[in-house]
Amino acid sequence: MTTPGSAAALALGDDALVLSHRLGEWAGNAPVLEEEVALANIALDLLGQARVLLSLVGDEDELAYLREERAFRNLQLVEQPNGDFAHTIARQLYFSTYQHLLYAELSAGDGPFAPLAAKAVKEVAYHRDHAEQWTLRLGDGTDVGHDRMGRACESLWRFTGEMFQPVEGLDVDRERLEGAWLDSVENVLRRATLTVPEGPRSGAWQAGAGRQGLHTEPFGRMLAEMQHLHRSHPGASW
Amino acid sequence: MTNTDWPLWEVFVRSRRGLSHTHAGSLHAPDAELALRNARDLYTRRGEGVSIWVVPSSVITASSPDEKDPFFEPAADKPYRHPTFYEIPEGVKHL
Repeated sequence: MTTPGSAAALALGDDALVLSHRLGEWAGNAPVLEEEVALANIALDLLGQARVLLSLVGDEDELAYLREERAFRNLQLVEQPNGDFAHTIARQLYFSTYQHLLYAELSAGDGPFAPLAAKAVKEVAYHRDHAEQWTLRLGDGTDVGHDRMGRACESLWRFTGEMFQPVEGLDVDRERLEGAWLDSVENVLRRATLTVPEGPRSGAWQAGAGRQGLHTEPFGRMLAEMQHLHRSHPGASW
Repeated sequence: MTNTDWPLWEVFVRSRRGLSHTHAGSLHAPDAELALRNARDLYTRRGEGVSIWVVPSSVITASSPDEKDPFFEPAADKPYRHPTFYEIPEGVKHL
């Protein structure tokens, strides 16, 4: 767990794992059946990515189920609770846009993540499209949708700076990535008639950052739910 | 927001090039673009398709079960209308 490559695999793998679990929480609770399947599909794509990435680091089950909160390296953005449907979509818009740009760059290179990225970039393109379509419809739809989507984009904005912090072993042009991300997200928000949030995109309230193992309060509870079965019945299978 | 607010769409999936689109099922969606995406998620998850059509259910005119006899019964006893006298050349699929 000390090589630069494994630090990057852990960061990207934890992003995928944690967001996958959050999206999975919609199963049985989504506003409509069709959307429930869509969110579950995205969750399964991310889980597949997480398995490949975590397997580069060690035993995937041990890493997912037996690590403590401070050992996780995911972004604080992906651990944020689902909130209402608009929050889930805003989180997905911010993350999938980032992930799509990142994987497109990784897949074009010849680094250790190129094969994974080449496969994942197609999945992620769909996630991004799904989030954009919903952002447009919620933002430019009814008054209620507009208000909620606006609130969601605003409240998650402060977690978006962390995506462009350096990650050991992840060799990408972060400035270019951030510029492309801002262009894309701002364009979608404008088309959705939403105001682009003005606040800072990272800051002292984060008490550090997910990439350093420092997480926000809801993450502990999410981990407890995600891990309790494995911890209660070690080695169980079906 | 409930399912009943959204119109119903019929989904047609082409499973392979060379085959025609086949009715796969129906779903609810607020508009055509999202109907297409929902269809992708609901009906092509296991690699079933290369092309999808979605059609608003409301624009489909269907024959009525009450008209079954006048519509279809007369065709049942006219075997000379069936092209059963041809040998199908080897290698021709989907005929």
